[in-house]
Amino acid sequence: MFAPLLHIPDGFINVPTSVIFMLLSAAGIAIALRGAKGELDDKTAPLAGLTTVFIFAAQMINFPVAAGTSGHLLGGALAAILIGPYAATLSITIVLLLQALLFADGGLIASGLNVFNLALVGVWGSHLIFLIIRKIMPKRKNFIPVAGFIAALIQVPLAATSFVIQYAIGAESTIPVSTVFTAMVSTHVLIGIGEALVTAFTLSAVLATRSDLVYGWKGIAPKLEIKKVNS
Amino acid sequence: MKEFLQNKFLRAGLLVSLAIAGVLSYYASSQPDGLEKVAEDKGFLDTAKDSVNAGTPLADYGITGLENERLSVGLSGIIGVIVTLIVAFAIFKTLAKKGK
Repeated sequence: MFAPLLHIPDGFINVPTSVIFMLLSAAGIAIALRGAKGELDDKTAPLAGLTTVFIFAAQMINFPVAAGTSGHLLGGALAAILIGPYAATLSITIVLLLQALLFADGGLIASGLNVFNLALVGVWGSHLIFLIIRKIMPKRKNFIPVAGFIAALIQVPLAATSFVIQYAIGAESTIPVSTVFTAMVSTHVLIGIGEALVTAFTLSAVLATRSDLVYGWKGIAPKLEIKKVNS
Repeated sequence: MKEFLQNKFLRAGLLVSLAIAGVLSYYASSQPDGLEKVAEDKGFLDTAKDSVNAGTPLADYGITGLENERLSVGLSGIIGVIVTLIVAFAIFKTLAKKGK
């Protein structure tokens, strides 16, 4: 049987808070729409489409993490490294909105909460971590999946923390925030390991075949130089 | 869209995605995910409300009326992949053109 609930449903967080996050997410999407124009060209636009499709498909696969708990890919780190943070924001947003509209997965009123946690916090948090790690690691192709592994690992508890902040602002439930925080972070640290493995594996596969398309590698890849030979 | 048929890399990626959503999805863990599990254990799962579109044909990754679970999940996954591809490709292609 397939587990249907992957994202925040309606009802967990009250309507005013959901609306605030809808507006915040809309602002983020507007910025991403502008920024993505600079990241995309005829060669990378199809990769951005493929990344979106892959994340949609991968999110259907819940993997077991602990007794009675499963996790699934969020995809923010993977998308940010493959296609850049602006296009990645749009990619994750497309997945979340289609899941909510077509499959009733993740509430419609809660859609702003989900987009904020996964497409904004997840993507930009991952991107920042990736940039820091890439800076201190050797500039070699096989270190990109390692940096992706770490960014993905941190991304999941980060997105979970973002949910707890939303919970603190506008939960319908009266269960204490500290209780929810401890449970959310400890569970999502485990899910982060799965996220990290899938991210590193997928990055390795793409880097092995089409490293010229990978945003996180293109910027630092050694340029081919044509040198004059003095004879 | 023809890129996805002509280009070897894109074609392979699309086939992998179709296989994951169409076939592998049936074998996904049915345990609640992190958020649902925490909500259940800590006692706020009951505040969840059904989406207004919870009764639509593809709700919860299945096809209403299709008894065969494997077919129902798999087909809804394939529909999802195709719709996602069309929407995402249209948006990214337009942005790439505008960026020039």
